[in-house]
Parts: sequence; structure tokens; C-alpha cells
Amino acid sequence: MDAMPWLTLVIVVPLVGLPVLALWRPITDDAARWVGMAATLTTFVVSIGMLAAFETGQAGLQMVSKHAWVESVGLSWFVGVDGFSIWLVVVTTFMFPIAIAASWKVEHQVRRFMAMSLFLESVIIGAFLSLDLLLFFLFFEALLFPTYYIIGVWGSKRRIYAATKFLLYTMFGSAFLLVGIIYLSVQAGNQLGSITFDLTVLERLQLSAGQGRWLFLAFFIGFAVKVPVWPLHTWLPDAHTEAPTMGSVVLAAILLKTGPYGMLRFNLDLFPEASRYFGDSIMVLAVIGIIYGAIVAMMQTDIKRLIAYSSVSHMGLIVLGIFAFSAESMDGAVIQMVNHGLSTGMLFLVFGMLYERTHTREIAELGGIVQVTPWLAGAYVVAMLSSIGLPGLNNFVGEFLVLLGTFSIDRALASIAIVGVILSAVYMLWSYQRAFQGPLEPRWSSLRDLSWREGALVAPIVVAMLWIGLHPAPVLERLRPTAEQVVVRLDRFGPAGIGVEASDTTGEAP
Amino acid sequence: MIDPPRVELWAILPVLILFGGALVSLLGAAFARRSEQAPFALFTLAAIAAAAASALWLWDREPTTVLQGMASVDRLAVVGTLVLCGIGAYGTYLGFHYFERDEHRRNELYALLLFALGGMALLVAAADLIVVFLAVEVLSLALYVLTALTFRRGPTEAAMKYFLLGAFASAFLLYGVAMSYGAAGTTSIQGLARALVGTTGNQALALVGALLLVVGLGFKLSLVPFHMWTPDVYQGAPSPVTAFMSAATKVAVFVAMMRVLFVAFGPLQWDLAPAVAVLSAVSMVIGSVLAIAQRDVKRMLAYSSVSQAGFTLAAFVSPNRAGIAAALFYLIAYSAAVIGAFGVVMLISGGIQEQTGFDRFRGLARRRPVLAGLLTIFLLSLAGIPPTAGFAAKVLVFGAAVNAGYWPLVLIGALATVVGAFFYLRVVAMMTMQEPQGDDISDASPLPQLVLAVPAVSVVVLGIVPGVIVPLLQEAGVLTW
Repeated sequence: MDAMPWLTLVIVVPLVGLPVLALWRPITDDAARWVGMAATLTTFVVSIGMLAAFETGQAGLQMVSKHAWVESVGLSWFVGVDGFSIWLVVVTTFMFPIAIAASWKVEHQVRRFMAMSLFLESVIIGAFLSLDLLLFFLFFEALLFPTYYIIGVWGSKRRIYAATKFLLYTMFGSAFLLVGIIYLSVQAGNQLGSITFDLTVLERLQLSAGQGRWLFLAFFIGFAVKVPVWPLHTWLPDAHTEAPTMGSVVLAAILLKTGPYGMLRFNLDLFPEASRYFGDSIMVLAVIGIIYGAIVAMMQTDIKRLIAYSSVSHMGLIVLGIFAFSAESMDGAVIQMVNHGLSTGMLFLVFGMLYERTHTREIAELGGIVQVTPWLAGAYVVAMLSSIGLPGLNNFVGEFLVLLGTFSIDRALASIAIVGVILSAVYMLWSYQRAFQGPLEPRWSSLRDLSWREGALVAPIVVAMLWIGLHPAPVLERLRPTAEQVVVRLDRFGPAGIGVEASDTTGEAP
Repeated sequence: MIDPPRVELWAILPVLILFGGALVSLLGAAFARRSEQAPFALFTLAAIAAAAASALWLWDREPTTVLQGMASVDRLAVVGTLVLCGIGAYGTYLGFHYFERDEHRRNELYALLLFALGGMALLVAAADLIVVFLAVEVLSLALYVLTALTFRRGPTEAAMKYFLLGAFASAFLLYGVAMSYGAAGTTSIQGLARALVGTTGNQALALVGALLLVVGLGFKLSLVPFHMWTPDVYQGAPSPVTAFMSAATKVAVFVAMMRVLFVAFGPLQWDLAPAVAVLSAVSMVIGSVLAIAQRDVKRMLAYSSVSQAGFTLAAFVSPNRAGIAAALFYLIAYSAAVIGAFGVVMLISGGIQEQTGFDRFRGLARRRPVLAGLLTIFLLSLAGIPPTAGFAAKVLVFGAAVNAGYWPLVLIGALATVVGAFFYLRVVAMMTMQEPQGDDISDASPLPQLVLAVPAVSVVVLGIVPGVIVPLLQEAGVLTW
């Protein structure tokens, strides 16, 4: 029994600064910024403690702690971490201080901005660590309001539209998720005598194939909106584009990951048979998303929208990796969640810095700025190359693993997905060429290059990218056992594409 | 030798205190015309406190019926009375502030509030359909007058509308009582249950009676399709009155509905539950959808209360402790949020000529951060977004309904929640994300803000630890036959 409740700590620490920010109105803007910074940095330190306490090579859940919370409802404070969630938590705590620092220039209602950011960090981490379905849902829903608020208050022109769209899409998805969760817990009540939301109990329930499949769909819709899986993606370009830099970074780097994480943690675990059953169809959706996102990204004239659509494409790859059901592709999917967080987060970050200077997002209005801001352009290039999947940088590892794993399962889909990866190089490089190279627009001739402060923000991300790109072993060895365990369990329900053998299929298929 | 009838007046002490207080207050208002209203308000609060204390004193009594089976003594009645007293106290304070602010003193307010509250306290304890009818009449008459209290044209029109449709509803209620009597030969709630168990003959008549009763009560609850009066009345009535009636009427009538549906017509539960589910579904959906089209916050909240009634009703497909506890929790969460919301609206809308159009709310967070913050909390709770009580309430109600096998109803409800989130958060967006327009006419006195912080805090606390009251509500959910 570990003495330190690392997981509870990492969820609670960001909240420590919250009462100060929420209630102490005379706080100066600078003090509020530092409270936000201190809280997120402390959280990062705590998460490193959690990482150190994590036992490499173990597949199962670690550092589990469970306390009844609302017994009459069946809700418990049940948290634990495994190879899937550990890296997502670390990337969250890693990106938040950077995002806060990048928002140093927010002048408007700083106190509330910091309070919302801290609340958001806490609930995101909570979602990654909960093993109680209702607790998870609580965090998953609690994400919405701070995100809505951050986009709506500090975003750009069409912010309210974008914030509302984000909110409605995600709530629409979670409506199905909530019904699924409640249905499952009531099944537990019928079979075991008491209502519970405990994942480790619910995964042992006896569900008919029909029940499992309907529930799978309910859960899947809930998560697919968040990912977003094509065709539920239309909220994403608006939200990413209109959000302030902080919002874009957090949305892209972290928030989207709650979707695929939910699929890994809940869909595969609770409904293995249905996962097999729907796996192929979902892979097709994922590949459509990869290609569609890439093609639409190519058409964009707005850099933030371009990055947003590239996210649709990249997230498709992650979903593909999850539902290919091979250990490699699953490793790749998880590591790709981290990578996408780093590279897309950095793209938004660096572009945010450029936007502070130029106040335009139109590619056509930029041009030639590499001549005046070589460092800024350089940082953008690194993020872009990482996003494209250049060997030696982080995304290469993930994309390679996903494609390798998928190729062994379904060659056709893997081949199409590879086209998407190539397309990503096309739209990224093309937009770079148009926005940064070519003749310098006269009005940009006095742009400032990166300041030391901004350089210091970007540097840790570059280090992390290089580290994962060149030496992914520390990441992989912590996550591989979990992935293998999940794949072995899924394999009991028949290989993908062949159908169901090991379970009863008496129920009607939806 | 005939035993004299036993008159156990102790059992309805809360009701007697409230009615007694109402009479004293009425006499006082007659003799002390247009004078200070503070003594009236304080007296009313004292009467409410005394009623609450006497209700608490009944908590540990053995459940029984008293006064020849007219009133029941049980924990459901106690919980109902306590919640009503809390709502009544808020109604009194808000009303005091509302009229005091404009030096527009109307001391009848207090007597009428106490009459309404007395009727509601009687309703939650009613053990006989006749008492249900009487209590509904008492509370309704008081509310009709309260609605018109400011003598303006809008409120008077609203009160007239409320009165006419209310009279119509009373007819349904009475007809339902008559049908039930015809079916079972009794109007006693427990007697009906005993008569209906195992019979096969008169079921149709009983079913018609039950449905007529549901219609009559549904008018008071503003369930769709009996909701037509709600937007006009909620908008027209003075805001403190709206706050009081939107919360208190629902609590009292829903508690009576529990006794009617789960006890009196418990044996017909399987026939009635589908009808209840349909009413619940249409109320949730239509209430939410119509709320989108509103451009006035009070009207929007009125339609939202239609949909909230639908959500509460969803728990009624589950005739057991879990269902009753869920409905009670939902009512408590709803009451706290809706009183708070109308209270804040009252402060924002300026004087008696209430201006509650959306424009008043634009950019409010810039001008009045505290009021905007409070309203945000209340709206989040009504929308059911964690960590507020509204979320916990929805989970409880949905859990009860799924447990009874009504998962499609829950899916409809969950989707209606999405619609709800749209119009509730639109107000939040206007307050926090837009620029202020026009003059600031909002009322910035500190005391009402402090008073309204209490429901805000309780909404958050109940959202984080609903466990503090759920076990109590489950104890209250045991109904005797």
C-alpha cells in the first residue's frame, strides 16, 4: 500500500489555488497569474512523483484507491492508473503550465481566466484517472463549462457561436453516455444486488450480445463526439479556431484525448464482444476521418482552421489504432495521443505567438515572415515536422506503430491511412510555404522575433518531442503491458473481421 | 355508548400554526394600514419557523393517519413541510425586499403567503382525496391574489388567466375524486388502495378517476399539455411571488401526487406508469424546446419549469423508495435553484415595472459580478451540469426510471437536457461574454445578495455531497398503506 495518495493529490492540487482566485477579488492580475502558474507547476511536480511511483512492467491498475462517496447512489471515489492513463496525465500536467504562461498577456478578467483554467486541469486529470463510471462522467461533464467559458469569454469574434456549438455537440454525446452508464449500473443492481459504478465490477457483468452492442453504441457516441470521429467533427474547427491560445492548446492537446481514452478504458473493457463486432465499421470511419480531415485541411485559408482539421485527421489515426486490436497499434494509439498533444499543442502555441503580433489568421495575408522572425518560424517548423511524422521526432513513432499494427490486420485500410499521412505533409508544408516564405509583406517588416520568455515556453515541448522521437522506450515499456493485456482479452472474442465466436450471439444485432 | 371522535390536532400543528399566523397577519394588516411592513415580515418568518419546528417534532412519530383518516403523520409530510417552510421563508424575504424597495407596501402579501403555505402544508399531509382538493383550493386562491398583488395590468391579466384555468383544473380534480369514490366507495387514500387491491370489476372507473386526478394536479404542476397558463403567470406575477409559487406549488403538489399515484392507485401502477411516462416525456421536450424561443428571462424560466416538472415526473414511473427519494431530491435541488434564479432576476430587473428582457442581462458580469455569478450557479444547476445539485438530481431520477425499465424515457430526458443546456447557458453567455447595454438599473443592496448566496452554496454542496440528504429522503420515501 503506497503511503502517498498520488492520484488524489494530482487531481486536487490544481484546485488549491481556486478559492483564492474565485473569492479574493482584490487580487492583482499579476498575482492571479502567478497563482495559476504555481498551482499548475506544483501539479506537474506531483505528477512526476506519480510517474516515479508507477511500477513499470505491470499491466493492471496501480495506486488504486477507493472510498465510498455517495453510498446511497453507488458513487465512489475510485481512482487508479495504468499504462494508458499515466502518460495522458503527465502530458496534461506538462502542457498546462505552458498554456498558462502562453496566456500571460490575457488582460481581461485574469482572475477568472486562471480560476477556470485550474478547474479545467483538475477535472481533466480526474477524467483520466477515474475508475468509477459515474465519477468519470462527473468529470467528463464538468469539463464542459470551463471550456465553454474560456472559449466564449476570451475567444475571438465568433466565440459565442463556437462555444455553444462545442457545448451542444458534447452534451449530445454525453446524453447517450449517461443513459448507458445508468443502464449498466442498474444491470449491476439486478445481477449483484447493489447498484455500483465500479468499472472492475461492471466489466464482469453478464450482458447479452444485444445489450452489449447497444451499450457499446451509447458509450461510443459519447466519446466519438469528443474525439471527434467523422462525421461528428464539425464542432472542432469552430471551437479550435475561435478559442484563445490557451483554449486551443488545451482543447487540442488534452481535451480531445478524453474521447479515445474513454474508448480504450470503457468501450473495450466493458463490451469486448461488441468492440469486436463494431471494430471494422469504426476503422472505416476512422480512415474516412483521416483522409477527409487531410483534404479539408488542404483547402483552408485560415491557419488555425488548418491545424484544427489536421487534428481531425490525426485523431482518426488514433481511433484506427485503437480499433485495429493489435498490441502495436494500440501502443501506437496511446503514444500518438501524447504526441498529438505535444505537436498540435505546440502548433497552436507558436501560431498564437504569431497571432499576438499580426492579428490575422489568414494565410494569404502573411508571407515571407521567416525573414524577420527566423526563430518563430523555426519553432513552427519543428512543430510542423513533428506533426507530419518526421523520423526522429515523436509522431513518427506513434504513426509507425499504428500503421504497422493496422497493416497486419487490414492492409487496405492501412494503405489508405498512409495516404492520409502523406497528405499531412502536403498541407502542412504548403501552408508553411505560403505563410512564412516567399516575398516579405512590407507591413510585417517590423515583426518581433521570439522573446526569451516565448522561447523558454517552446523549448520543453521540443525536448519532449525529441525524447519520444529518439528514445521512446521509457514511454513504451510502461504502456505496452497494459495494451497487451487488453488485446489478449479482446482476442478471446474472435479476431477482428471474422465475427464472433467465443460469445453467445443470440441477441439481436442493432 | 358512542366514542367521541378523536381530534388529534397535534398532528397538523404546522398547518394550524401557518393558518393561525395568516389570520393574525390579516387582522394586523387591517388595523395597521400602509405602515411599516418589517414587523409583518418578521412575524411571518417567525410563524414559518414555528411551523418548521413543529414539523421536525413530528419526525419520530409512528406513521399513522389522524382526524378520521384525513391527514397523515409520516416522514414524507415532515420533509415536505420543511422544504415548503424554507421556500416560504425565501418568498417572504424576497417579497419584503421587493415592496419595501419601492415603498409600495402591501401587507396582505404576508397573510396570503401564509395561507398559501398552510394549504401546501396541508396538501403534503393529505390522506384523503377531499383534503387534497381542499388544500389545492386554499393554496390556489391565495396564489391567484398574490399574482395580481401589484395592481398593474400585466399581473392582473395573468391572475385572471390563472384563475380561469385553475378553476377548470379544479373541476377535473373534483371529477376525479367523484370517479374514484364511485370506483371504490371511499375517498380515503389508503381506503382506495385497499379497495382496489385484487378487484377486477371497477378498474376502469378507478383508472378514469386516477387519470382525471393526474390532469387536475398536472395543471398545478404545469405539465404539458396543461401548461398554457404558466408563461403568462410566471412573467406577470411579481418576481418574489413567481419564485415562491414555482418552487412551493411543485413541491406540495408532487408530494400529493406521490400519495395519489403510489398509494391510492398503487394497485393500478402498471396501467398508470405509461401515462405518467408520456406526460413526463412531452413536458421535458416541449418545455425545453419552447424555452429556446423566449426573449424574456422570466418567460424562459417559466418554460424551463415546465420541463423541470417533466424531469421530476420521470421519477414517478418507479413506485418505490428510490423513486420517491429521487423525486424529492430533484424537487429540493430545483427549488433552491429556481428561487435563487427568480430572486436574482428580481434584483436585476429594477423596480416594480420589471424589465426582464434579455437586454438587461447583457454584460451583467461586468457590472454586477456577484449577481451574475449567483445566477450562473443557479442556471448551471437547472441545466444539470456538475458539480451542482441539478446534476446529482438528474442522475438519481434517471437511475430510478431506468430501474423501472423506462430507459427510452431517460434517453429522451437526457436529450432534453442538451436542449436545456442551450437556453440556460445562453443567458450565462449573455452575462459573461457580451458587452453591457443601456443603463444599469439593477439593485445592488448587499443583504439580498447575501441571502441568495445561501441557496447557491447549498446547490453546490448538494451537488458534491448529495449523500448528506439522500438517506433522509429515502427514509421519507416509505409510504404506509
